[in-house]
Amino acid sequence: GVRLVSGAEVGRIEKVLIANRGEIACRVMRTAKKMGVRSVAVYSDADRHSMHVAMADEAYHIGPPPSQQSYLSMEKVLEVAKRSGSHAVHPGYGFLSENTEFAEACKQEGIIFIGPPSSAIRDMGIKSTSKHIMSAAGVPIIGGYHGEDQSNERLQAEAARIGYPVMIKAVRGGGGKGMRIARSDSDFLEQLESARREARKSFNDDVMLVEKFVEDPRHVEVQVFGDMHGNAVYLFERDCSVQRRHQKIIEEAPGPGISTDVRRKLGEAAIRAAKAVNYVGAGTVEFIMDAQHNFYFMEMNTRLQVEHPVSEMITGTDLVEWQLRVAAGERLPLLQDDITLRGHSFEARIYAEDPNNDFLPGAGPLLHLSTPAADQNTRIETGVREGDEVSAHYDPMIAKLVVWGEDRSAALKKLRYCLRQYNIVGLNTNIDFLLSLSGHPEFEAGRVSTSFIPQNYSDLFPAPRAPSGEAICQAALGLVLQERKHTEEFTQASADPFSPFGSSSGWRNNVQFNRNMTLQLGDEKVDVVITYNPDGSYRMQVGEEVYHVTGAMEVEGGASFLHCSVNGVKSRPKLVILDDTVHLFSMEGSTEVSVPVPKYLAGVSGSGAQGGAVAPMTGTIEKVLVKAGDKVTAGDPLMVMIAMKMEHTIRAPKSGVIKKVFFNEGSQANRHAALVELEEEEQEAEG
Amino acid sequence: MKVLVDELRSRTDKVKLGGGEKARKLHTSRGKLLPRERIDRLLDPGTPFLEFSQFAGYDLYGNEEVPAGGMITGIGRVSGVECVVVANDATVKGGTYYPITVKKHLRAQEIAQQNHLPCIYLVDSGGANLPRQADVFPDRDHFGRIFYNQARLSSEGIAQIAVVMGSCTAGGAYVPAMADESIIVRKQGTIFLGGPPLVKAATGEEVSAEDLGGADLHCKKSGVTDHYALDDNHALHLARKTVRSLNYRKNIEVTVEPTEAPLYPTDELYGIVGDNLKRNFDVREVIARIVDGSKFDEFKAFYGDTLVTGFSRIFGYPVGIIGNNGVLFSESAKKGTHFIELCCQRNIPLIFLQNITGFMVGREYEAGGIAKDGAKMVTAVACANVPKITVIIGGSYGAGNYGMCGRAYSPRFLYMWPNSRISVMGGEQAATVLATISKDQRAREGKEFTAEQEAAMKEPIVRRFEEEGSPYYSSARLWDDGIIDPADTRLVLGLSLSAALNAPTKRTHFGVFRM
Repeated sequence: GVRLVSGAEVGRIEKVLIANRGEIACRVMRTAKKMGVRSVAVYSDADRHSMHVAMADEAYHIGPPPSQQSYLSMEKVLEVAKRSGSHAVHPGYGFLSENTEFAEACKQEGIIFIGPPSSAIRDMGIKSTSKHIMSAAGVPIIGGYHGEDQSNERLQAEAARIGYPVMIKAVRGGGGKGMRIARSDSDFLEQLESARREARKSFNDDVMLVEKFVEDPRHVEVQVFGDMHGNAVYLFERDCSVQRRHQKIIEEAPGPGISTDVRRKLGEAAIRAAKAVNYVGAGTVEFIMDAQHNFYFMEMNTRLQVEHPVSEMITGTDLVEWQLRVAAGERLPLLQDDITLRGHSFEARIYAEDPNNDFLPGAGPLLHLSTPAADQNTRIETGVREGDEVSAHYDPMIAKLVVWGEDRSAALKKLRYCLRQYNIVGLNTNIDFLLSLSGHPEFEAGRVSTSFIPQNYSDLFPAPRAPSGEAICQAALGLVLQERKHTEEFTQASADPFSPFGSSSGWRNNVQFNRNMTLQLGDEKVDVVITYNPDGSYRMQVGEEVYHVTGAMEVEGGASFLHCSVNGVKSRPKLVILDDTVHLFSMEGSTEVSVPVPKYLAGVSGSGAQGGAVAPMTGTIEKVLVKAGDKVTAGDPLMVMIAMKMEHTIRAPKSGVIKKVFFNEGSQANRHAALVELEEEEQEAEG
Repeated sequence: MKVLVDELRSRTDKVKLGGGEKARKLHTSRGKLLPRERIDRLLDPGTPFLEFSQFAGYDLYGNEEVPAGGMITGIGRVSGVECVVVANDATVKGGTYYPITVKKHLRAQEIAQQNHLPCIYLVDSGGANLPRQADVFPDRDHFGRIFYNQARLSSEGIAQIAVVMGSCTAGGAYVPAMADESIIVRKQGTIFLGGPPLVKAATGEEVSAEDLGGADLHCKKSGVTDHYALDDNHALHLARKTVRSLNYRKNIEVTVEPTEAPLYPTDELYGIVGDNLKRNFDVREVIARIVDGSKFDEFKAFYGDTLVTGFSRIFGYPVGIIGNNGVLFSESAKKGTHFIELCCQRNIPLIFLQNITGFMVGREYEAGGIAKDGAKMVTAVACANVPKITVIIGGSYGAGNYGMCGRAYSPRFLYMWPNSRISVMGGEQAATVLATISKDQRAREGKEFTAEQEAAMKEPIVRRFEEEGSPYYSSARLWDDGIIDPADTRLVLGLSLSAALNAPTKRTHFGVFRM
């Protein structure tokens, strides 16, 4: 336990409730365990079997999957806090972490809210207020309109005054939600409406602010920490510039190319900001930085941030431990002069999403999951295990991969090395994208900005490379060896365990067994002729090329590896075979090859969405834009869907007439559900 | 020997092509799989297939080539169950039944019956070969016997599954109709008693083959077939599912042990045996390259030493091996009889490694009662109900063939090495016998029989015996179940034993041993 006797307030935290889920809940619990503090988890129906529940000393059910009825329910969380006898509540990030009422309610119940005073949350939560305070405290701010007149006319006029492009942001917003850019007067209203809609959905508040949009800015933020004794320190800056959909994807500390002088100025500005609101606990002061390294206050996040580990890595601290200590009334463990910056750290966020489809978030089971080994310099911050589900109800982040190196290039090398060992099958992830991102020369050179992805789009999304003949042979070998394993297992379990009919030699009297295997590579089908040689090796012919292939499957550390030799070149890619699809992961990249589903089986499975539009994921139908009988052309919007806390417009896959609309506004559609029946105008050829 | 094995392989490669390039192209252009591909996809992927009688019909019908007899038969594992597969090769004369085709089909059914193996018929045949109807239709072991067997096998609980992948005309229609369960491929398989030409001739009715007996008709209206397949692959998938539904379980009634490879490479057999039958070799050298760990527990090693007997294991299965090391004497025959009795008593399968010129002849031996001692061994072999498997690894002559479980003694399987010879006696001996008889006859008639005359008489006899004694001649007529590469002997025996052990044990009751 942590106990503080000196000073006015005496806190005692021997049991902490973590009002969150996923990786951050697990992260907090790890430190709690280390400090001997008991941890209490809460969970919704969707998380009944989640990792954070399994990790906690106690866990309490708090309701159905939707966050509003579970993790966002203050009453339920407080109820559990009281029932479990928790001394404190750690809100993590998101959910209730920046909720003034919750912080107040905790205080009233005599439970320590691990975070800043509610006044600081309130002040910083409202963007217009926070800017006034900062301006007064001498923190540089950027021009904008934060007024109460929310009429379209006024906002549009202010935008014109500030000068396009402008950013329209929800005053209560955060995390990119309720935020739009208007590039000209003509699209201002449309963007405004969209931002309002999202803000209403996310924060139940659609008050907007407008501010100057800095072209290609960097997003630099400073980690600060304050205690109840008037101390505040900064733990240097993080660069979180590289974003997609205005959400961070890769973060690093310290910021690349930032001079010691600028670093100190950033830190001191952040401390001024924190002190201006008597900040206590962990906080982040965000700045945007232009090409000349001028920086402007953007907002302050009054919580522990997702990317806090990179700051921990370069300062050798445990910020959750600091949070618990400070919340208990202790002084900051270190003062500014004791905090030194050492090395460089990266964090890559691994998401269930499809980078090739505008980073559309995904959900589903993690059929296979293997990670690099964690060590002193490598942290795998995750809340899921193999077999777990990435739930459509919550953030689709799977893990954070955090690495440390002596300098930026060492850390970056380490990051890429580890990303290659982070292998997931079952849903789309951004791992390959993170690899091409972290390997980009501009990124390596530290020339980052928030426009990095759009500016380097073509490099970051290279045309898919057809797998090499060698990779095809490896996949074919993987399938053959898997069959062999199945046959062996069957035979060994039978009453006749040594029968040579159970061998997978492909033996034929007096002739060689040639086997034709058809593999599916993306849209293409490739034929592989496999000859079983008497010595157990295989001759494989792919097109005109002939390969001599040998190999065996070996299991190491829970993952299967294909120890193979193709034309004498040995390699050992990681092998995952699921549902007739072979996934090979090696340091050279990943390959996916599948066995085409035979026609006779395809008929019974499949999405059944012939000639219609399908839901890209499970979600709620927000708007139905067509009705039966409407004529549509390919690309026309049909429905707007809210899923994974984002809007998705479902468009017509082809031109035709709407025959039937299967969903009403407000109804729930499952992933791959047909949304409309669409009849093509011209008679479809029989096939 | 290596030369003989290479010749065997190159001849098999040719046979494998079936009815030739044109017929194959035509066949595949219809979206059909070739018969061997069908089998490959029917079997559990990558598992072995023990094919029988690849040389059936070899040089049998003059200029008419009927590769593999127009039919592929063998044993393979389907959904974990060892099954007999019978697949018509429609690229060979439309898959019609030559006399040898009928014989091969019946032999496959016999194998199924003896070893209790489910049968899967991949049917694609125009039925009986009309020009040869007299040789395929009327007799006991002709076409009709196929359906008789189907009924009898089914009655014994041996599953009969038919997959109609092409025509099943006239008598052929009974293969699916007599099956326990049948599958048909749409727009490809047809079943009718009389095809469209016959219908037209008989009644004047004009009807397409599909309407007359296609999958739609038989699955929806007539009920002749049970499962509807979209194509060959689908049909084979359904066949695999059908086998899974057999609820079949192999009950092994012998002890099994983990298998061990022999200590010596099997291809050393090429050098040990060679291609000159006159050259002697010790059969123990062969045994050492066939059995698990080269371990052979010899029985009566010092008695009747021209017959080697002993216990071993092959792929973990117990076996009693009987091999020849020279001509059979009374002692060797009695030793063989004793050993066969032991194996029957203990339910141990018997392996005969045949390389036998015959029983010893001569006054002394006749007086010693070799005929009755030989008879003991023949009685024992005939009555033994344990699985018997014979491999002819050298010569197979005269009554030696009987004592060593030749075809007439119904071994479950009989294979030949490419160097082997089978005939009532050696060509030289036969020629000499015939020449001697002629000489004596002429002498009685007071005629001269010159050395040239003798040579001229002997030469064609030797040549004929040489030709007819060839394993290809034998295999062409189905006197065996196939010619095998000596290096594959161990595996072929292992597969054969595995198949044989599907049948429940039958106790042996020996006949009267003449003492």
